[in-house]
Amino acid sequence: MTPPSVARERILSRLRAAPQIVMTAPAVLTSPAEQSPETMLEQFRRGIEAFHAEVIDARERTWPIVLAEICATKRIATLMLPPVGMVNLQPWLDGPRLSRFDRPIETLKTELFDATNASLTIADGAIADTGTLIQSDPQRMPRTLSLVPPIHICLLDVRHLYPSLQSAVAATRWAEAMPSNLIFITGPSKTADIQQTMAYGAHGPRELVVLLTEDL
Amino acid sequence: MNRPANPPMPINFHANVRRVVANPVLRASFRGAMDFLTAKRATQFPDANAFETLRAQGEQIRQYALSRLPDLLEQLETNLTRNGIQVHWAQTPDEACRLIIDIASRAGGGLVVKGKSMVSEEIELNHALEAAGISALESDMGEYIVQLAGEKPSHIIMPAIHKTKEEIARLFADKVPGVEYTNSVDELIQIGRRVLRDKFRDTRVGLSGVNVAVAETGTLCLVENEGNGRMCTTVPDVHIAITGIEKVVEKLEHVPPLMTLLTRSATGQAITTYFNWISSPRRDGEMDGPKEVHLVLLDNGRSTAYADERLRATLQCIRCGACMNHCPVYARVGGHAYGTTYPGPIGKIVSPHMLGLEATRDLVTASSLCGACGEVCPVKIPIPDLLLQLRQQSQGHSKAPQLPGAGSGHKTLQSIAYRLFAGLYSRPALYRIFGLLATRLRAFSPNQQGAWTRSRVPLRPAGHSLHERMKSRNGAKVK
Ligand code: SF4
Repeated sequence: MTPPSVARERILSRLRAAPQIVMTAPAVLTSPAEQSPETMLEQFRRGIEAFHAEVIDARERTWPIVLAEICATKRIATLMLPPVGMVNLQPWLDGPRLSRFDRPIETLKTELFDATNASLTIADGAIADTGTLIQSDPQRMPRTLSLVPPIHICLLDVRHLYPSLQSAVAATRWAEAMPSNLIFITGPSKTADIQQTMAYGAHGPRELVVLLTEDL
Repeated sequence: MNRPANPPMPINFHANVRRVVANPVLRASFRGAMDFLTAKRATQFPDANAFETLRAQGEQIRQYALSRLPDLLEQLETNLTRNGIQVHWAQTPDEACRLIIDIASRAGGGLVVKGKSMVSEEIELNHALEAAGISALESDMGEYIVQLAGEKPSHIIMPAIHKTKEEIARLFADKVPGVEYTNSVDELIQIGRRVLRDKFRDTRVGLSGVNVAVAETGTLCLVENEGNGRMCTTVPDVHIAITGIEKVVEKLEHVPPLMTLLTRSATGQAITTYFNWISSPRRDGEMDGPKEVHLVLLDNGRSTAYADERLRATLQCIRCGACMNHCPVYARVGGHAYGTTYPGPIGKIVSPHMLGLEATRDLVTASSLCGACGEVCPVKIPIPDLLLQLRQQSQGHSKAPQLPGAGSGHKTLQSIAYRLFAGLYSRPALYRIFGLLATRLRAFSPNQQGAWTRSRVPLRPAGHSLHERMKSRNGAKVK
């Protein structure tokens, strides 16, 4: 076997020896025109519901109360919260046992994988045209919190909507400082790998609940 | 998992095809899956003009990236390295396997849990890992099923479409300890979920493919629906990604149009459940994420295709599978008959530079050139034109830079037949004599006509040629 550095040189020199084709850079792609917040919210809602998520509008109410109702109807016994932040939920939630993702995953795996019914996260925004939640800060929202527990409840501040993924890429300027992991979530985990029949809860959450709010 | 005794090879294409075409269950599985996928895709592109605009953009982004490929690869490497992701280069499947085995052994992984990666199939990674004493476990549901059955994927997006749910139910009951027969799809998926969840939790090394890599930011983008990709890339200590050298684009803003073309063309969804953009291992202050991330860049013939300006277009591919979903040949013979990692139209145009033209000589001819693949391709790869070019190379008639095995498809008898044909059709007198003889002696045409009569009635010339019939008809009119 050739040493890896040789492989690199050989591949690059083969590519450089090939005929050069000079092309202009693709034109910067246009985003859809500005839309009103209500239109975008409506679009977002329709989009993510089509992907089997449940959307609950808690804007007129206190969201921890709505959360408590969800925990009761879904019989959630254990709910895991992000490492820090978020109001103290204990007074509102007398049902589920609350825990926090406040240690490295190495010491938390058993609890996360085997003893947590649901997780609560906050989205950093959402994309209207596809109905997609954005999680862009793994320090505030650990990557696995939105993935491992069977039910994922996600808070979304409706003021943070982008018309499309393209416009989100432009507006957030991610390209200048990429988060270690950017995650876009559109619905609960699913698969159609057995005879094209859709089944939910393949490896990630079986259920995704989006709580719309304006006070986070 | 043991290697099948007679792995289907591209050189056995004709025999493989006969086996599938004679199997009604298999044919129904493929037909059903193709109808499902083509119908779902159609709902995503209701407006032909909008589709044309979008795919022109996709084509341009991919062609531009290829035009700067060596520069972008270096930029990608610089930025990934700056982000803490280690980059490795492999010219051959062998080199790629060795690199991965080394990384996995160093991490102390006796098991590698895998997200979906066609490049890992291309390098036959699972066999190489087993040979080195490391187990590989597929975690995409379709791949898991195929691995359990000791088979290979029959489709690049839906690996287990050749199986009915009853077959999968029996497979699970036989192979998964403690499982009773059930043909409820929900229950079957939950069985897979249970088995694999323990592995995600406890395994030290995860492996994945890459859908597109971004040079300006040093980012690896993955699309998926199940969440197994996120598990493999997030929970284990070490994440190894593997991809072909062609999968790079210059800017982050080039990703959205390509990804929307990919998911809509592949499974008819505006987006997949998860888009996962990885730019670095776990950073200080983060509670999870892998401690090491590696990227293996594989050549395996791609730089040979790159050297030929026309074949370079094969590297535009975003592996959506639409060309196979719309291919009348694939829909009938299925993915295994090709005997290559990538089946269908895309397989016919990329396998020659990976395996040489000799091994794949029957694949380039297995097309009616109906053009469906070229029409649906979201990055406008002119697949039918490339098939013609590869046929010429296979016959040794091309002046383009040669792929290994050029000229190997040449058959003396066939070329004599074509020369006779050309001779007859360019000499009117000879043609008339031939026509007269063929029609008058039609009773003597043979009943056995080789491959033709294996599944068709023998060809017999008509009693009168078209010329004769037109002449007598016109004569009747004049009167
Ligand atoms: S050749 Fe085109 S249609 Fe086929 S898989 Fe590649 S991108 Fe998709």
